[in-house]
Amino acid sequence: MRTTVFSFILASFILIFLQSPTYAENTIKIGVTGAHQGDLASYGLPSLKATQLVVKDINSQGGINGVPIELLAEDDGCKPEVATNVATKLVAAGVKAVIGHVCSGPTKATLPIYRDANVVVISPAATTPNLSQDGTYQNFFRTIAADDAQARLQTDFTLQTLKAKKIAILHDKGDYGKGLAEYARTFIEQSKDAKVVLFEGVTPGAVDYSAVIQKIKRSNADAVLFGGYHPEASKIVGQMRQKRLTIPFVSDDGVKDATFLKVAGKDAEGVYATGPADVSNNPIAIMYRDKFRAAEGAEPGSFFDNAVAAALALTQAMIKAGTADADALIKALRTQKVATPFGDITFDDRGEPVGIGFFIYQVQNGRFVLVQ
Amino acid sequence: MEYFIELLFSGLTRGSIYALIALGYTMVYGIIGLINFAHGEMYMIGAFTGLIVAEILLIYQFPLPAVFVLTALAAVIWSSAYGFTVERIAYRPLRKAPRLAPLISAIGMSIFLQNYVQLVQTADFLPFPSLIPEFAFLEPYAGIIGSTDAAILVVSLIAMLLLSVMVKWTRIGKAMRATAQDQKMALLVGVNVDRIISFTFILGSGLAAIGGVLIASHVGQINVFIGFIAGIKAFTAAVLGGIGSIPGAVLGSYVLGLTESLTTGYVSSDYEDVFAFALLVLILIFRPSGLLGKASVDKV
Repeated sequence: MRTTVFSFILASFILIFLQSPTYAENTIKIGVTGAHQGDLASYGLPSLKATQLVVKDINSQGGINGVPIELLAEDDGCKPEVATNVATKLVAAGVKAVIGHVCSGPTKATLPIYRDANVVVISPAATTPNLSQDGTYQNFFRTIAADDAQARLQTDFTLQTLKAKKIAILHDKGDYGKGLAEYARTFIEQSKDAKVVLFEGVTPGAVDYSAVIQKIKRSNADAVLFGGYHPEASKIVGQMRQKRLTIPFVSDDGVKDATFLKVAGKDAEGVYATGPADVSNNPIAIMYRDKFRAAEGAEPGSFFDNAVAAALALTQAMIKAGTADADALIKALRTQKVATPFGDITFDDRGEPVGIGFFIYQVQNGRFVLVQ
Repeated sequence: MEYFIELLFSGLTRGSIYALIALGYTMVYGIIGLINFAHGEMYMIGAFTGLIVAEILLIYQFPLPAVFVLTALAAVIWSSAYGFTVERIAYRPLRKAPRLAPLISAIGMSIFLQNYVQLVQTADFLPFPSLIPEFAFLEPYAGIIGSTDAAILVVSLIAMLLLSVMVKWTRIGKAMRATAQDQKMALLVGVNVDRIISFTFILGSGLAAIGGVLIASHVGQINVFIGFIAGIKAFTAAVLGGIGSIPGAVLGSYVLGLTESLTTGYVSSDYEDVFAFALLVLILIFRPSGLLGKASVDKV
């Protein structure tokens, strides 16, 4: 009896052993990670489904130059300590690329493992700025704008298009507004083309901002950057115009809001604000959303479009490179343009998406008009 | 020097608004010893009433000065009605109760009114039309003092002047002072104390409503929570000046407004509240009853 059980176990071990190498040669393995169960599953599952939909399409069209893609889904629970195990497991299984991780913490924790194994990582959702920006991880890409992308765009626009030399930065002391304002200050100081002449927080809800306006005037700033939401923005712009201060006012997507137009009225004219692109009319976005609805009977959730973009970018790069080797793949990702739910995108040297993210809008005749 | 004058006017504008609200706190406290936490809501209700009336009048293309006067009048009447009702419902039944009870009742009233206006109106921000015309004679000084700043200063000074004349020289003013000094004694000499208390609430709410319309027209937007911050600041100003004292409330408001604007101007607007409240703490350490407050003597 004992020998039977033993030989059975042994046989099954040998079976596993025999099966995996033979199977591996016929497929290209891609890992998909993120939280697939538990509290944060709503962040991870849409990415998994999106990747599955894209891979199904690619495989039905003949895969990567005739070789089908095999997806390996792993749950990291959005926990860095679980994610490192997941990464090791995926690397051991021989994946060539990973769509993930979804949360910033796990992404940061696993990047060294993937780099050492020459695995390309495309995150659809990790927004922490310092994942790739120093160039340590050449294998990292993402299809979502980093947290500082808005501030970077605002700064570039203010310095290059508006040609401002002295900039006043205001914020509302909140996490969102102050965070943006601090990034903007750092970028302006790094650029050395302009000076931050004023950096102040205003109290939201105060009855009057005229003292701060006088201070802006005294600083001789030629542009105001504001980080915060529309109630303060409309008050500040209104009072600037009352005090005959007509310098450009540049703000963020907390201000790119219909209420701002309504409340600020004619004072809103000429105000610049950054905001995301509208993807609801993109044919690829519509196609994959419809597929998701047909398969799941529900609306796709967070980061679905971003994950579709990640999967499309990765598979197209593999097709173009003709191989799944990391170096060729990285080169293809950085050079080719690929059609995604966000339009045609590519990646820069830091792995940041070019074409996904924020755009500059200006209020013209009571509407936000895309200017850059 | 010009910068200082600019900040000065900015501080005076703020101070005037605080004063209009602080007077309500201080008068009510002076007479019944209650901190009326629902007072900020009178300011908010005044602004909302003003918005509704102004929008209607603007549709019928009334001249701007007429719109402003009628709007302010409507706001005063409406807010006063609320002030009167709140006193009747929430404070009068509790007049003999321990002091904590009307205080809790006041906080309850404040929450109730905020949510009530939110339900019947909206929680969103609403644009408020600019009711004060651009005065041509102020145009050369527009960078220092705008038309609305000037209007706020003038209107609130007139309102405060009228109030002090009334308190000092009229019969009802005398009755108010008598009630503030000693309710029981005033009752004995024939003052209708209940009516005086109602009148005080009406007066305070009316002043707050003027403040509401002025500041809403100045900043061009309102929502249901504006009463909270304005109320807290005005209450601070009233305490600073000596709660219960009418000139004290006015002085306290200007001190607070100027502190805030000079701090913003010479230090940083991040520290505006820090300096304002540090000043409050300092003054209360050295003068526990405020700048012009009289130390109350407890008769045993």
